[in-house]
Amino acid sequence: MSQYMLLLYATEVGGEELAEREAEIPIFVELSRSLEEAGLLVAAGRLHPTSTATTVSAISGETELMDGPFAITKEALAGYYLIEGENLDQALGVAKRIPLIRYGRVEVRPVM
Amino acid sequence: MTDRWSDPTADAVARAFRDERAAVLATLIRHVGDFQLAEDAVQDAYAAALTTWPRDGVPANPGAWLTVTARRRAIDRLRRDRSVADRAERLAELVRIDQQEHRAVIEESSIVDDRLRLIFTCCHPALDVSARVALTLRALGGLTTGEIARAFLVAEPTMGKRIVRAKRKIADARIPYEVPRDEELPDRVRGVLRVVYLIFNEGYSATEGDRLVREELCHEAIRLGLLLRQLMPDDAEVWGLLALMLLHDSRRAARVDEHGRYLAIGEQDRSRWDQARIREGLRALERSVRVRRPGQYQLQAAITALQMEEEPDWRQIADLYGALVSLTPTAVVELNRAVAVGFADGSKAGLELLSPLLHDPALKRYQPLHAAHAELLKRAGEREAAARAYETAIKLSANDVERAELERRMQDL
Repeated sequence: MSQYMLLLYATEVGGEELAEREAEIPIFVELSRSLEEAGLLVAAGRLHPTSTATTVSAISGETELMDGPFAITKEALAGYYLIEGENLDQALGVAKRIPLIRYGRVEVRPVM
Repeated sequence: MTDRWSDPTADAVARAFRDERAAVLATLIRHVGDFQLAEDAVQDAYAAALTTWPRDGVPANPGAWLTVTARRRAIDRLRRDRSVADRAERLAELVRIDQQEHRAVIEESSIVDDRLRLIFTCCHPALDVSARVALTLRALGGLTTGEIARAFLVAEPTMGKRIVRAKRKIADARIPYEVPRDEELPDRVRGVLRVVYLIFNEGYSATEGDRLVREELCHEAIRLGLLLRQLMPDDAEVWGLLALMLLHDSRRAARVDEHGRYLAIGEQDRSRWDQARIREGLRALERSVRVRRPGQYQLQAAITALQMEEEPDWRQIADLYGALVSLTPTAVVELNRAVAVGFADGSKAGLELLSPLLHDPALKRYQPLHAAHAELLKRAGEREAAARAYETAIKLSANDVERAELERRMQDL
């Protein structure tokens, strides 16, 4: 078995659009439950928006904190699933079940 | 590679390389669980064949000999390489297989499955399309990295990196070495056929580059098509693609005239068509149609077969294009349909179908559209509009031969 990190990216929205997305939260909950039942789920979480992010770095030699995300992109990291999987196809199969893919993207990465 | 050796044993090695390499590699990947290690070990086995076969004679079953030798070389390599994480387990597994299959009785069915696994892995959708093409040519076609690089007009180190990266992703992300499950199978088969057709088209339609290497690409694509037919004989599109490639390839020699001018099917010298290939293509088409599951390659093959007749039935061609548009609604197909309808129902009907394409901003610079538009206008007797369309097409033309041809047609107005 390998572990795969599923990184969920989407544009950050508010108002009605956010309400529409939040109406789908039960689908996420149901997905997590079914992954857990199948013994595939290690962890999952939804992140607060990038406006709450702090980035830490010591590249310059000194530890620096920066208010904001590491990179400002149109689509920001919004959440993650850490799953156990036999192979990439299984991880991709889970990614395809995440409702976010209709308005965002899921990056699937094997964990070393 | 046959040219380099002239003695019969060396010929046998070269033949075994051509005919057996993919199957040996496919089986070995399953045994060792690693693409790169398997490739290196297969290479070792061929090197061993070059020294042992002249001394001991060519074995009765070269494929089995190569498989066993490659497996033992893989064991040697694993024993030496301490960097492999699960080395001990892999070694134990390999030694177990080696003792079990001591006399190397390899089931035909497992060879078929292994090659299918290899094809589906090389054409996995998680790999970039260019990497799929390169891996397939390398693993199943047995082309060297240098040959693939030349065929695709990229530098050899670039192609090398592309292949290495793909193999690393297969290993690290654990792209499965298996035939996809039933519910994924149709999609994945389509993906494989797409890769094979890309290889064929690269060899067939491009005008640049080394001609011999490009011919090699067509041959490889057809060989892959024949292999797929052997592995998946019940799939209509597998037969359809094979038919399409054979029918195109049969006209290779007649495609260009002595000035390098590209000729449409109707203008070609039929005596230069390869009749054996045509028969083979038509037989494959017939097999495909018999499954009664229409698909894009099958339809394209049927259209090509009709166009190759001395008096093409444009009505039927137009109908087949209509069916093709509903399966693959691309601009190219819509354009070809409009042209066929122009022949079947008159240029007015063709122009009507062309109109939405001409209004599509994405197709504004699509040269074939304007060339076809000019032809239809010319036949409709609208000379001024035709001249304007020819001018647009000439301006967009990237190739001298094509430009000269369009200028000639404009002069004919």
